[in-house]
Amino acid sequence: MKYAYYPGCTAGTTAVEFGLSTEAACEALDIELLELEDWNCCGASSAHSLNHELSLSLPGRNVALAQEAGLDIVIPCPACYQNCLSADNAFREDEDWRRKMESLLGFQYTGQGRPRHVLDVLSRDLDIDAVRAKVVRPLEGLKVACYYGCVLVRPPEKTGWDDPEHPTTMDRLVEAVGAEPIDWSYKVDCCGASLTLSISDIVVHLANKIVEGAIEAGADCIASACGICQINLDTRQAGEEKVPIFYFTELMALAFGLPGVGKWFGKHGVDPRPLLRARNLLT
Amino acid sequence: MTIMVGTDHTFRDVVREHSGENIHGCFYCQKCTIGCPTAYVMDYKPAQLLRLIQLGQKDKVLGSSDIWMCVSCEICGTRCPNHIRLAPVMDALRHMAMEENYAPQPSVYALHQSFLDSIRLWGRVHELSLIMEHKIRCLLAEPPLFFQGLISDMIMGGDLILKGKIAFLPERIKRLGEIKKLYEESARSSTGPSTSSGHRSGHSAQAEGDQ
Repeated sequence: MKYAYYPGCTAGTTAVEFGLSTEAACEALDIELLELEDWNCCGASSAHSLNHELSLSLPGRNVALAQEAGLDIVIPCPACYQNCLSADNAFREDEDWRRKMESLLGFQYTGQGRPRHVLDVLSRDLDIDAVRAKVVRPLEGLKVACYYGCVLVRPPEKTGWDDPEHPTTMDRLVEAVGAEPIDWSYKVDCCGASLTLSISDIVVHLANKIVEGAIEAGADCIASACGICQINLDTRQAGEEKVPIFYFTELMALAFGLPGVGKWFGKHGVDPRPLLRARNLLT
Repeated sequence: MTIMVGTDHTFRDVVREHSGENIHGCFYCQKCTIGCPTAYVMDYKPAQLLRLIQLGQKDKVLGSSDIWMCVSCEICGTRCPNHIRLAPVMDALRHMAMEENYAPQPSVYALHQSFLDSIRLWGRVHELSLIMEHKIRCLLAEPPLFFQGLISDMIMGGDLILKGKIAFLPERIKRLGEIKKLYEESARSSTGPSTSSGHRSGHSAQAEGDQ
């Protein structure tokens, strides 16, 4: 399978483990990712906060870059995914704006590919047995709280996710690699997102509620599908008991026995290696 | 009856038009407020804000902290029985507040400005210079903000640099001219941020009305 790939700014920096593990897990599953040439930042939450036009045109340029190939665009960051979806919808629904963008950037909108989150692609385009077949080290005994956060699943009419209040796509993948997804109440609560840089107290409050919820439900760790969620939960934990925050793609790569996994874990705030060694999942 | 002071009868229709959301449909079930992660730091709560819009209380709404505390997590719109999404309403209110020079929450506003500056300069976000610009903007807007969380931010930033998760140098895209064109176009067609001085004080209007 072949897809266009829009890594987004954090996949090379604060969420570098997410970028690397996404690429590694996809490669292991014979999914070819063709990185968009010269992609730009989608505007994150700042563009739509201050400037409506930029909130569509910045991600719109990335959608434009994918048009020639006509492939679905795989995106690891939920904010990038959400913004690219908005731009793609605007291309489809607002003919004047589409024409203006086509003339500004010199491209032709074909509408053949759609922005997709990597979790969506890995859970829907692949048979779950294909994931199971790649597992060489089942993550037995690892209790995982799957955390979806906010704009990955919402608003449902835009994202088309399985269930905006109780999604299970990540749980199924985590189960397929041998771990035990647990039931808990904070799957789709928001971590405070970009307030981490402007009013960090709010993020400390929200992130700790989520982490405490996972501990209460008996989780060993949390799996995330977002670079901002991961860093907020990973670096803002204030309680005595610290919980490792994985990217779900890291868990897949670990179970697939892929090289380089240990290096990614060394970049985490809460080091997950002691937990994995205690479960005999890492040497 | 203080709530009726300063009523702007056109306000709710303007917000409806700018946001595309049916403000009039709210029957105050408060599901939005119950689900909102940042309601606890808002001047009003999401349902109250909707009611204030319905009542034409423009000064209170555009001067409130609510519009800067909303993180667009979309829980309100997902749960609303009348399908009102507050995230686009908050975007519209922020744009109107900027256009009419209501005082923003300085740190949140400074972050958004710094973020958009970073994209304009490099085409992608460069965290290190973004954080530095944000701190400088905070210092200029409200000096105590500069020191808020400074030590913990520096410790965390240092740790991220050591782990190779924040780059010293920015990565510039090749066709930066295209980004420049998009910014120029947005200045023509959008209600972008206006000057940072001479803000109207919505907060003091609120204090007069409430206290």
